Amino acid sequence: MDKLVFKIKKNPELYAGAVITAVMLLVILLGRLFVPYDPDAMNAADKFARPSLAHLMGCDNFGRDLYARLAAGGATTLFIALATVLIGVVFGIIVGAFTGYYGGALDEILMRFNDAVLAFPSILLALVVISIMGSGTFKVIISLGIVFIPSFARIVRSEFLRCKNLDYVRSARLMGAHDLRIMFVHILPNTFPVLLSSTVIGFNNAVLAEASMSFLGIGVQPPSSSLGRMLSDAQAFLFMSPGYAILTGVTIALIILGFSLLGDGLKKNA
Amino acid sequence: MSIKRLFALAMCVAIIPAVALTGCSGDKPEASSSIVVGIPQDLEDSLDPHEAVAAGTKEILFNIYEGLLKPDENGNLIPAVAKEYSVSVDGLTYSFILRNGVKFHDGQNVTAEDVKYSIEKSAGLTGEQSLITAFSNIKEVNIVDNDQVDIVLKEKDIDFPAYVANLNAAIIPRGNSTPATKPIGTGPYMYVSRSPQENMILKKFDEYWGTPANIENITLKIIPNADSIVMNLNGGSVDMFARLTVTQTQQLSKNFNILEGEMNLVQAVYLNHARAPFDNVDVCRALSYAVDVDNILELTSDKKGFPVGSSMFPAFKKYYVDLTDSYPTDREKAKELLAKAGYPDGFSFSITVPSNYQPHIEAAQVVAEQLKQIGVKADIKLVEWNTWLSDVYSGRDYEATLIGVDASSLTATAMLDRFVTDADNNFTNYSNKEYDDLYKKLFVTPSDEERVEIYKQLQKNLADNAANIYIQDMAEFVALSDKYEGYTFYPLYVQDFAKIKLKGQ
Repeated sequence: MDKLVFKIKKNPELYAGAVITAVMLLVILLGRLFVPYDPDAMNAADKFARPSLAHLMGCDNFGRDLYARLAAGGATTLFIALATVLIGVVFGIIVGAFTGYYGGALDEILMRFNDAVLAFPSILLALVVISIMGSGTFKVIISLGIVFIPSFARIVRSEFLRCKNLDYVRSARLMGAHDLRIMFVHILPNTFPVLLSSTVIGFNNAVLAEASMSFLGIGVQPPSSSLGRMLSDAQAFLFMSPGYAILTGVTIALIILGFSLLGDGLKKNA
Repeated sequence: MSIKRLFALAMCVAIIPAVALTGCSGDKPEASSSIVVGIPQDLEDSLDPHEAVAAGTKEILFNIYEGLLKPDENGNLIPAVAKEYSVSVDGLTYSFILRNGVKFHDGQNVTAEDVKYSIEKSAGLTGEQSLITAFSNIKEVNIVDNDQVDIVLKEKDIDFPAYVANLNAAIIPRGNSTPATKPIGTGPYMYVSRSPQENMILKKFDEYWGTPANIENITLKIIPNADSIVMNLNGGSVDMFARLTVTQTQQLSKNFNILEGEMNLVQAVYLNHARAPFDNVDVCRALSYAVDVDNILELTSDKKGFPVGSSMFPAFKKYYVDLTDSYPTDREKAKELLAKAGYPDGFSFSITVPSNYQPHIEAAQVVAEQLKQIGVKADIKLVEWNTWLSDVYSGRDYEATLIGVDASSLTATAMLDRFVTDADNNFTNYSNKEYDDLYKKLFVTPSDEERVEIYKQLQKNLADNAANIYIQDMAEFVALSDKYEGYTFYPLYVQDFAKIKLKGQ
C-alpha cells in the first residue's frame, strides 16, 4: 500500500491519467453495451427530455438518447483517433527508420518534405486533403493519418540517429546482421519508451483534430454521431438545453485530459 | 506541467460561453423613429438593381428601387412607376403610361428616357447580360411621348408583367453612371451609406409618390454568425431579424413579437430521375409513402410549417391545389412497391444537402431515419453551397438532394417550368410526356381559367408520379421588437420596411 502511494506521489500524472482514461472508456463501453436505444432512433415525444431513469442524460433535439449518442460518438471519435495514430506511427516508423539509419540524400529530401508538411497547421492540411477526397469517416482517417506522419517520422528518426552508432548496433553489424534486421529488431524496440509517450500525445491530438473537423462540418457526416459533430449540433440549443453542449464538451475534455496526463506520465517514466 | 494543462483546459471551457456572449454590448438606438434590422450577409454582389443576384441583396434593394410595376403583399402586381398598362391585341406590345410626379432620390423627375434606358439596360440591349432570361424576348423599347413607353416583344408572353415587376427590371436614372455604389431609385427609402461587413444605412425618402414610409432611419446590421443572432436580439442591439429558426425564436426574450409566415418555397427531397433506381416510378412512390411529413415537422420545427404535395406553395392561392394526401404514410405499401420494383431488400443512396442550410440538414436526418424503416439506406452528404450549385444544380451529378425551391418571379410557371424534359433548369431530369404536352398547351390557351386548370393538372402530374418526395413550405419566423408593429409578409423573397411603424404611430 505504501509502495503504491509512493509510486503515485512520484508520478501522479500517470495514475490520474490512467484512472480518467479508464473511467471514460468504461463509460463509453457501458453505453455501447447496455443502453437500450439506437443512437440514431428519433422520437418526437422525447424532444429535449430531461435526464431521467429512462434517459440517463436526457435527449437531444430529435429525441435521441444522449447517453447512447455520446457513447456511440465517443466510440467513433476514439476509433478515428486510433486509426489515425496507427497510420501515423506505422508510416512514421518506416520513414523515420530509413532516413535516420541511412542518412544522406534520401534523408535530406524526405526530411525537407517533412518540414514542409509540418509547417502547415495540421487542421488546415487535413482540410486540403478532405476537399480533394470529400468528407466521411474513412476520409477523415486518411487525411488526419497523412497529417500525423511527419511528427512521428521526426521522433523515430532522431532516435535512430542516436542509436545507430551505439555499441550494440555496431556489434550486431559486425555479426553480419542485415540492415533491416538491425533497424527493426535491434534499434526499434529501443525507441519504444519515447515513441509510446508521443503516441499517447498524438492520440490526444487526433481526438481533438477529429472533434474540430466534425465540429466544422467536414468530418463525420450526420446522422452518425461523433463528439465534434454533437458539439456543433448542440450549440444551437445552448440556452434551451445546456446539458447537451455541456455533457458533450465535458466528455471531450475528460478524454483529452486523461490521455494528456497519461502522456505526460509516460514521458516522465521514460 | 499538468497544472498548466489543466488551466489551459479550464480556459478553453470558459472561453466557449465568453465567445458566445460577446454579442451583448452595443447601444440601444433612440426609439425616435429608427430601427436596427439584422441581416445575415453583406450586400456584396452589387447595389445596381440590374446586377444584384443574391436574394439577400434583392430583398433589401426592394425598398430603394421600384419597377414599372411591383408586387404587393398578396402576390398581385400593382402599378408603381407606371400608372397603368395595356396590351395590344396580338399580345406583343405592352404600353406603360407613366405616373406623374414620380421622383428619384436625387430630386429629378422620372422621364420616359429613364424608363427606356432602364428597361434596355436590364434586358441586356445595351451590352451587359440580362439577369431576367425572359427579357431576351424584348425586341425594342419605344418612347411614344413624355408619358408613355411601349415595350415590344418578339413572341407573346403572358407572364411578361410579372417580369417587369422583378427587381432586376427596376427604373434608375439615366444620368447615374455608378449605380453599383451610388444607388438612386424611386422607392420609399433612400440609400445613405454602407460600411462593408458592418452595416448599411437607409433614410426615408420624403418625396415618395405613394404611401410614405413610417420609420425615419433604418440601420441594417450585418450579423454573419448565426449563433450570435439571438444574443444581438436579446441584448437589444438589433430590433428585428427575419427568417429565424424555431429554436432561435424559442430563446428570445419577451420583448419580441414572433411573427410567423411562410417562406414560399417547396422543400422536398428532389430525385435525379436519370439515375437508377429513381427512373422507376414505383421506387419514387415507395419513398413518398415511407416519408412521414408530420413527423418531420414535429421533430424539426415544432409542427410549424405547411405540408405540400407538389411543386407549388400555398401562398400561390390561385394556382395551388392541395395534394398533401397523395401519399399517406404507409410503410407496408412502400415495401410492397419496392418489392414490385425489384428492390425487396431496399437499396442505398445519398442525399446531398448544402451545409449552410441547417433546416435542410435536420430534415434530411429525419428522412434518412424514416427510410431506414423500409430498408432503404440514405447517406447524407454535406457539401458547400457553391459545390451544390455547380455539381447538383448545374452539373446534375447527384442521386437525391434535399433543398427548398422557390419562385424567382410572381408566376406559376416559375415553379413548374423546371420539370419540362428539355428545360435548362430541369435539375431533376424529370421527363414525362404528359407533363410536357400539358405545359405546351399553356401557351396556346388564352383563357385564364383554363390556364389555371392546366397549372393544377401539372401539379397533379408531379404528385401522381411522385416526381419528388415533397415535404413542406417552411414556416418563416420574424422577430420584431415590441416597440414596432406592421411587419408584412410577401409571397416573394422581400422585406418591406416601409410598412413597419412604431407602436401607436
